[in-house]
Amino acid sequence: MNESGQWKPKIIAFLCNWCSYAGADLAGTSRIQYPPNIRVVRVPCSGRIDPFFILASLQNGLDGVLVSGCHPGECHYLSGNYSARRKFALLKGLLEYVGVEEGRVQFSWVSASEGVRFAKVIEEVTSHIKTLGPAKILVKNIPGGSFDVSAHP
Amino acid sequence: MSQLIHEIKEAARDFLRDGEDRTVIGFEQGSLPLQSRPCFIRKENDLERLVWNGFCKNNLAGYLPKRKGKIAIVVKGCDSRALVELIKENQITRDQLVIIGVACNGMIDRNKIEADMDGESIVDVEEGEDVLTIKGTNSSKVFDRKEYLYDHCKVCTNPVPVIHDILLGQRDSNTPQAPVNDTFSDLEDFSALDGKERWKYFTEEMNKCIRCYACRNACPMCYCPECFVDASRPQWVGKSTDLSDTMIFHLMRAFHLAGRCVGCGACEQACPMGVDIRKLNRRLQKDVMDLFHYKAGCNLEEKTPLATFRTDDSDSFMVEP
Repeated sequence: MNESGQWKPKIIAFLCNWCSYAGADLAGTSRIQYPPNIRVVRVPCSGRIDPFFILASLQNGLDGVLVSGCHPGECHYLSGNYSARRKFALLKGLLEYVGVEEGRVQFSWVSASEGVRFAKVIEEVTSHIKTLGPAKILVKNIPGGSFDVSAHP
Repeated sequence: MSQLIHEIKEAARDFLRDGEDRTVIGFEQGSLPLQSRPCFIRKENDLERLVWNGFCKNNLAGYLPKRKGKIAIVVKGCDSRALVELIKENQITRDQLVIIGVACNGMIDRNKIEADMDGESIVDVEEGEDVLTIKGTNSSKVFDRKEYLYDHCKVCTNPVPVIHDILLGQRDSNTPQAPVNDTFSDLEDFSALDGKERWKYFTEEMNKCIRCYACRNACPMCYCPECFVDASRPQWVGKSTDLSDTMIFHLMRAFHLAGRCVGCGACEQACPMGVDIRKLNRRLQKDVMDLFHYKAGCNLEEKTPLATFRTDDSDSFMVEP
């Protein structure tokens, strides 16, 4: 919520140091506009992302999680993103299976030269999460009972 | 059945006579009817304790990680698959093992029988090929064996052990020897529900959980010296009674078994609260099959899916602006 009482999504973006973070940097230095709803966490590699990071983000009330790394074949550590892709495919399927809304947790590839693509990814993720509304499920300790089943959007 | 027990004992006897420092892991009669319990036999004189029946539900592979010495182990289909995964993960070596495989007819769920006994205590049981005659305190009842199997036994696609040194109890040659792929038809109803309904079900199930971690303790694949739920630096899972902590425990427990879970049902059998734990594991088994064409525990050569990758794995779930 901002001062005017309007809800704005909080999205955590885990960006890999070598590609997506540099892509975000390029978007910034090129003055490309994109929604200001993301909070960036720089990680060495998308393979560094433990599914726990994603669940902890949701549990702490973030409205969305984005993980972005190098395109397949371009990983600084050769295969980190390939391993990550397998993990993410399973995690996304599992979360949506138990009822976490589709699109709360998203993944993308953005290279260091793709400032425009980075901005587009953020736009798409932000607009999707805006349509989902504030996160209510898997969130810990929201007054009024975060596990009220009717709270599901 | 008595012939089968005799054969198991003979195989175990041969094994014990072969050398020093040897253990047979099998089943003995439990203290109540309808219960067999794991037993460890080191002397020939104790071999008489061994039994085999429809109540040998435990997955004995769970006793193997980092065990020393020579071991003979009695395994069903699911136990043998867990064994394969444990060997692949270097928890035990194949040379240490003499695997006494028993073709399984499914294990009987004691809770299902008790629920249909109208409150009578069970005194004795007589197990036939297709029926069970249960003697209660006042009456005796006949049960159709197939209907009272564990849920995971009902969907089991390879009851015959995938690796073995001796194979016993093969009733007919039509039973598939090689692993058969699963259709996951038991998941269709749940997957067809909308997100809200699935969340409701998941919430209700998680509400039952008392976080005793029996599911983890019973799982043959959960052998980490320190589990993530016990770690305090960092503390991966909160210790509060908030349901989100319970959910994260279950999601991560299932996730850590992705591509490793053999579907033996040990978690669900151990659960004192009747939580539908296998729902999560089954989904991951299905995804692992659909995405990576892998079924856990089927052969010793293939790498566990999350320990490897292919450059042409699907990207279809990712944001593509």
